[in-house]
Amino acid sequence: MDAKPRFRLVPMPVQSALLFVVWLLMNNTLAVGHIFLAATLAFTIPLLVNGLQNPQPTVRKPLLALRYFLLVLMDIVIANMQVAVLILGPLKKMQPGFVAVPLDINQNLPITLLASTVSLTPGTVSCDVSEDKRWLYIHALNLVDEQALIHSIKTRYEAPLKEIFGC
Amino acid sequence: MNWIELILSFFVLLGGLFMLIGSIGLARLPDFYMRLHAPTKATTLGVGSLLIASMLFFSIKNSMFSIHEILITIFLFITAPVSAHMMAKAALHVDTDTLERTQGVEAHKAATAGGNPPAKADLVNKQKGSEN
Amino acid sequence: MLKTALLLVNVMIAIALLLSLWRLIQGPSLADRILALDTLYINSIALIILLGMYMGSPLYFEAALLIALLGFVSTAALCKYLLRGDIIE
Repeated sequence: MDAKPRFRLVPMPVQSALLFVVWLLMNNTLAVGHIFLAATLAFTIPLLVNGLQNPQPTVRKPLLALRYFLLVLMDIVIANMQVAVLILGPLKKMQPGFVAVPLDINQNLPITLLASTVSLTPGTVSCDVSEDKRWLYIHALNLVDEQALIHSIKTRYEAPLKEIFGC
Repeated sequence: MNWIELILSFFVLLGGLFMLIGSIGLARLPDFYMRLHAPTKATTLGVGSLLIASMLFFSIKNSMFSIHEILITIFLFITAPVSAHMMAKAALHVDTDTLERTQGVEAHKAATAGGNPPAKADLVNKQKGSEN
Repeated sequence: MLKTALLLVNVMIAIALLLSLWRLIQGPSLADRILALDTLYINSIALIILLGMYMGSPLYFEAALLIALLGFVSTAALCKYLLRGDIIE
C-alpha cells in the first residue's frame, strides 16, 4: 500500500454478487423485499470491510478455471469410489506413505487451492506446507509409485492452477 | 411420479452407503493418517448426494424451485479439506503414531520437524520431478 | 418406496454414528478423537436432512446449516488447541 487507495463505490464486485446470491438462497425466496434487502447488504457490507482485504492474485483465465472445477468435481466422484473399495478391501495389502511434493507456485491462494484439491482427490490428503512454501507434504493411502504420484499431481492440478493465476 | 421416487431413493441410498463406508473406514483402518482419508472423502459425497435428493424432493413436493440445500453442500466441500489439513497438521505436531510399514519416513520426519524443507536426498527427487 | 428407503438409510446412518462414537471412546490419540467428532457432526447433518425429508418439512434445513457452521468452527478450534495449546491468542 503506497498511497491511499482510491475510493470506489463497489470495491469487491465478486463478493457483492456472492453475498446477494447467498442471502436469497438462505431465505429461499425471490420476493421483492428480500431482493431489496440483499442488494442493500451486498452494497453496504463491502464498503465497510474493504480495508480488511489482503491483496490476492486474481483469476486470469475464467474459462480454464471452470474447466478445472469440472475436472476436480469428476475426480471427487472417482476418488470416492476408489477409497470406498480400498476401505472395504483387505487392509494387509495397503501401503500408506508420506510424500513431499515440490511446489512451483508460491502465493497463498493457489497453494490453498492445490492443497484442498489434493485432499479431495484420489487417495491423498495434504498434511503440511513447509515454512518457505516450497514443499507440500501429503499422505497417500496406497502408495505404489512415488514419482508417478508427484508427476500426476504436478501435471494434472498444479499446471492448470499456475496458468489460471498466471504466476 | 414413480420414476422420480426411484431416482430419489437411489440418491438417498447412495448417500447413506457412502456415509456408512466412511464410518466403517474410521473404525476399521489401523492408523490415524489412514483413518483421515475415510471421513474426508466418503462423507463429502455422501452428504452431497443426500442434499441432491433433498433438493429434488422439496422442489417437487412444493412445486417450486428449492435449491437452498446447495449452500450446505458448498460449505461442506470447502471446509472438508481445510479441516482435514488442520487435523493432519495437529497430528504431526503431537507426533501421532504411524503404521510400521508407512513409506517415506524422511518426508514424515521433515514434516514433523516443523515444516522445514527435507534434506539433500529429497532435492534429487525435486530435480527428477521438475524434469517430468 | 421412498419411505422405506429413508428408514433404511436412517438405520445405516445410526450405525455410522455408533461406529464414530466407538472411535471417539476408543481412539488412541487426541487427533483420533477430533476426527471422530468431525465425522459425528457430518453424520448428524445427514440424519437431520433425512428427518426433514421423512417429515416433509423444510424447517430442518436451518438446523443442518447451523450444525455445519458450528461443527467446522469447533473442529478448527480443537486443532488450534492441539497446535498451540491455546485457542484465542
